[in-house]
Amino acid sequence: MQTITLDQPTKAPARSAFVSVVSRLLRDPWSLAALFFATLVLVPVLVVMSSFLHPVQEVWQHLFEHVLADLLWNTLWLVLGVGSGTLLLGVSLAWLTAVYEFPGRRLLSWALLLPMAIPAYVFAFVFIGLFDFTGPVQGWLREVFGSSAWFPRIRSTGGVILVMSLALYPYVYLLARNAFASQGKRALEAAQSLGHSRFRGFFNVALPMARPWIVGGLMLVLMETLADFGTVSVFNYDTFTTAIYKTWFGMFSLDAASQLASLLVIIVFALLVLEQLSRSRMRYTQAGRHQENNRITLCGWAAWGASLFAGLVLAIAFVIPLIQLLFWAVGVFEQDFDSRYFGFLHHTLLLAGIAAVLTAVGALLLAYAARRNPQGMTRHLVRIATIGYALPGTVLAVGIFVAVAWLDRNLLQLIRPLIEIEAGMLLQGSVVIMLVGYVVRFMAVGFSPVDSAMQRMPPSLDDVSRTLGVSNLTMLRRVHAPILRGGLVTALILVFVDVMKEMPITLMTRPFGWDTLAVRIFEMTSEGEWERAALPAVTLVLAGLIPIIFLSRHGNQNEK
Amino acid sequence: MSKRILAVLLLTFAGLSASHAADEVVVYSARAEQLIKPMFDAFTKETGVPVKFITDKEGPLMERLKAEGKNTPADVLLTVDAGNLWQAANEGLLQPVQSAVLQKNIPAHLKDPNNQWFGLSVRARTIVYNTKALKPADLSTYEDLASPKWKGKLCLRTSKKVYNQSLVAMMIAEKGEAETEKIVRGWVANLATDVFPDDTKLMEAIAAGQCDVGIVNTYYYGRLLEKKPDLALALFWPNQQTTGVHVNVSGAGVVKHARNVKGSVQMLEWFSSEQGQKMFADLNLEYPANPAYKPDPLVANWVSFKQNLINVAKAGELQAAAVRLMDRARYK
Repeated sequence: MQTITLDQPTKAPARSAFVSVVSRLLRDPWSLAALFFATLVLVPVLVVMSSFLHPVQEVWQHLFEHVLADLLWNTLWLVLGVGSGTLLLGVSLAWLTAVYEFPGRRLLSWALLLPMAIPAYVFAFVFIGLFDFTGPVQGWLREVFGSSAWFPRIRSTGGVILVMSLALYPYVYLLARNAFASQGKRALEAAQSLGHSRFRGFFNVALPMARPWIVGGLMLVLMETLADFGTVSVFNYDTFTTAIYKTWFGMFSLDAASQLASLLVIIVFALLVLEQLSRSRMRYTQAGRHQENNRITLCGWAAWGASLFAGLVLAIAFVIPLIQLLFWAVGVFEQDFDSRYFGFLHHTLLLAGIAAVLTAVGALLLAYAARRNPQGMTRHLVRIATIGYALPGTVLAVGIFVAVAWLDRNLLQLIRPLIEIEAGMLLQGSVVIMLVGYVVRFMAVGFSPVDSAMQRMPPSLDDVSRTLGVSNLTMLRRVHAPILRGGLVTALILVFVDVMKEMPITLMTRPFGWDTLAVRIFEMTSEGEWERAALPAVTLVLAGLIPIIFLSRHGNQNEK
Repeated sequence: MSKRILAVLLLTFAGLSASHAADEVVVYSARAEQLIKPMFDAFTKETGVPVKFITDKEGPLMERLKAEGKNTPADVLLTVDAGNLWQAANEGLLQPVQSAVLQKNIPAHLKDPNNQWFGLSVRARTIVYNTKALKPADLSTYEDLASPKWKGKLCLRTSKKVYNQSLVAMMIAEKGEAETEKIVRGWVANLATDVFPDDTKLMEAIAAGQCDVGIVNTYYYGRLLEKKPDLALALFWPNQQTTGVHVNVSGAGVVKHARNVKGSVQMLEWFSSEQGQKMFADLNLEYPANPAYKPDPLVANWVSFKQNLINVAKAGELQAAAVRLMDRARYK
């Protein structure tokens, strides 16, 4: 049975001395790993925050007077809207596919992940292409009815919320499904045995029990929303991020831009800490790995309603955009397709693959560190290590680049007297800097699912295993790995797909000749050639399907 | 597993650690790959100088140059819009180039007064209108688009695009901030719908009748008409009696810490020559910067016009002021 128990806060003897904290950190290998990743993320973030050393009062005064109020409201609406949208879609779909049986469920349960393969900015231009005044839908309406004035404007707050919700709900869906698949039905049964209706069983028992997973997914969505630039600029919807770029590119003040970005990081950090505090006294554990696979079979209109709802979401969020992209791509195929595409594809898959593995390993280390030291320093380090995702990509890319360039300069100074080298750089111009960049940016994406899975293992599990004479490594392999498997696979898929779509770090740090599909999309969209961008976009989507299908079918045993 | 990953990493690392062959020219470009690669290929074929390049947005490219400092592999910075070129020079990322060929080929108002960068192609930002709704006689100047008679008939692209920032910056240079702000406020009051993210969407809206008139770069018009020749759109050259059409450049400069200065200058000179100019302009339906050469026949068909002769570097100097002005006028 699943249990939610209130944790008795453990009283640690107050040790004020900083030294003892550090020495304890250094003694525990897990904490050391946490320290390593936190440093990796913290350095670029600090580079960005160091902008506060250069006050730019003039720019700030202008921002205060004319810009800030609007964009704070806009950002708030966007975050609230996309947050509720992804929750509604993600949780309802996860509940349906994890607990019930209805026509098409097996297909839908993994197909509903597919929108993840479409970058959100691609969604944006497809939807605007289809539904704006000049698009085929309104054009048809005008032809038939003479006017399309009543048609809701797609380039509006509602439009951008809709599009981002459709693009981002898979984060919530994937994590929530993990939770429901392993415990949903039993939670429901437990509630029903206590005389609750299904409805109340869902809201009072299943939903609270899935909270770490759902909130983990939601946090990813919110961080992505706050850092997004591509989608909001296609909609011309002014947010914090658009102001950051305008200040940088338009007013040439990277300092002011970095200061704005730092505020964003601080806000997200505060959110993360709050979330943490609000559930710090709860434990989510699962005793036993007993799985049962019989779902509640829906019949009649309920069954068809479920199929219709899930099918409709899939159609709007994946099938229609894909068809539109294919349509455009076919139109430019002859002009643009050449053998270089195999290179782009190869680079994309290779980078995404390596980065996904590195990030998942990092996430695992971090989650272990957090598990072994639930209080204090380590937990904070772990939080810091996931903060990179909240920074707008280009700002983070500069932070990483500046840090690596500094390291390079100093390494070279050390090495030069020893060996004669002609190269001006070591890490820059190699794929190492790219991979570091990806790990820094996407650690949150890898950490969320792994950490949620980790919470299922009661701490007593380790003690029991140890009493039985199981070594640490064997415990990891035989006891933890099976429980963590779902979370790890989720982390791998999410990071893989996110790296495939990643643009700013790829652009700024790629070595010569290491163009990827995302770079191709950039070349086309930067010239406003959306139709031509469809070819690399389609290739990206199709390539993204491979890991999603493969991993979502083989990764999660619960889903069989 | 982790050993194998490490091996892959080390191999890629060793294989790709940047090396700079003595005679090659390395370009950082904010101009998209499809517009520059054919040129580099032609340049290499002609001169034997190999070219390596990387593309990104202007902002990150400049930060990259700054961070790399003396270690940079870059020789040439290629970018669009004088505002960006001015900024690169202002940040000390470029070096002055003394070249008789460039002096002769590039008109004075299209290059940096200190020879740190040179405009290589000219893009005109002009008025486009729906031919079913308007006649050329209805139109006159950019300023006129602020008059109340265009209420609900104007479409504009976002003020976040540097092309509009440069346009407004040049107006500030001519008229001062107060008058320019009045004009920009007039534009905003006349908007038929939210501003557009790009010029192409804007022209499609004009063609579909959502509005009658707008301001765009000519090459977007050229590209759109190549695809859909039947659209009811035409260009109009404003301000012919006064200051002339707003022009901007895409151009290049030699990076301060370039290793191959000779090759870099050779590249810029070749770009200003007949073949270079043809490719530079024609690949994107722009106008050659060198007045000795004719543009693409399609572009030449749009009739010649009087261009604004204020040095385009002004756009950079006044860009931040323009952005603030547009914020004040609530031009999104």
